[in-house]
Amino acid sequence: MKTLKQSEPIKHSRIYSLGAARGNTVVTNDEIAGPIDSSDEWIRQRTGVVTRHRSSDDQSLMDLATTAAKEAIEKAGIDPDKIGAVILATISFPYQTPSGASLLSELVGAHKAAAYDISAACAGYCYGIAQADAMVRSGVSEYVLVVGAERLSDFISPTDRSISFLLGDGAGAAIVGPSDHPGISQTVWGADGSNWDKVGMTGSILDFRDGNAPWPTLVQEGQSVFRWAVWEMAKVAAETLEAAGLEAKDLSALVTHQANMRIIDELAKQLKLPDSVVIARDIAETGNTSAASIPLAMHRLLDEGQVKSGGYALEIGFGAGLAYAAQVVELP
Amino acid sequence: MAHTQQEVLAGLAELVNDETGIATDAVQMDKSFTDDLDIDSISMMTIVVNAEDKFSVKIPDEEVKNLITVADAVNFITENQD
Repeated sequence: MKTLKQSEPIKHSRIYSLGAARGNTVVTNDEIAGPIDSSDEWIRQRTGVVTRHRSSDDQSLMDLATTAAKEAIEKAGIDPDKIGAVILATISFPYQTPSGASLLSELVGAHKAAAYDISAACAGYCYGIAQADAMVRSGVSEYVLVVGAERLSDFISPTDRSISFLLGDGAGAAIVGPSDHPGISQTVWGADGSNWDKVGMTGSILDFRDGNAPWPTLVQEGQSVFRWAVWEMAKVAAETLEAAGLEAKDLSALVTHQANMRIIDELAKQLKLPDSVVIARDIAETGNTSAASIPLAMHRLLDEGQVKSGGYALEIGFGAGLAYAAQVVELP
Repeated sequence: MAHTQQEVLAGLAELVNDETGIATDAVQMDKSFTDDLDIDSISMMTIVVNAEDKFSVKIPDEEVKNLITVADAVNFITENQD
């Protein structure tokens, strides 16, 4: 009997490059404050959001994803045909099937790639990086394109005071590939299904079809989510550093999901980070873009020269599910 | 060791001061966290988590919304200490 041949593993992987696209319209706090009986000052104080980027009617989620993905592919300097898998993390692609990733693979010329979407909300990008790292190191794929893309403005209510006013549209992309040194740490991840209903939708699409609920929009129990996102995620961050064999002082940056500036500030405080660690605060301008927020925030840090390629960043995504994932990555 | 009501009030006032800068002597039993002290929901949760540590008490999420006044919090903590 012949011996089965399996893929040949390699030792290391890393992120080669990032790409970014933000919604083409800047929406100020004043523009959205009326229906929630609020003000620019109230929103800034409680969330740190100054503006959010949202897409006009002629800019689709796929437009955002394609722009970000093409930038990442170009910066990586690879032939799209060498991409073995396209992973799209999203909660707002408006088709149940087929996947957005399948269309994205065609649009970026990744004709030999497996393609699928993942639904892990604001943790989706870090879930994707975990999968890409495993695919590359196991020898299943040479390069993997990971994209977090959202058009959350399709799923918001102008009168919702829990989350809608924070949300924006955008896409962030990364190319993961083989490396001669470790570039992505072990991922610490999970999902707390006992709190499944803390962040989610106001109803299902079946409720909407049957006339039992309005168009489903995003909603959260803010206080509960805040407690979980800070104190539980602080434990996850510490566990991730330990798994990576690093200490806080070894980091160049902390790139959390851009949920709310208050969460980012309190989480950073709990982690007792030295001043040398740059904290990503893209939420102030871009808003909360769920699966896109981490690559967008990291892209900004690199673009603005706040961090240098080769440093270590702790990235941690958390959100609906309640799903979470964290890993330390070498900045591309 | 269980804290007295006065000790809980004093300790809670310190936590409120740490989080918001509100003077400790403004934190009195009859004051409302929201209406009188202008403490928002996120600051309230930070105070709750720090109070859990300080007084060895568990304050569930669903209980936090019932803590309208300082007295509500002081009484809950005093009655539920380990």
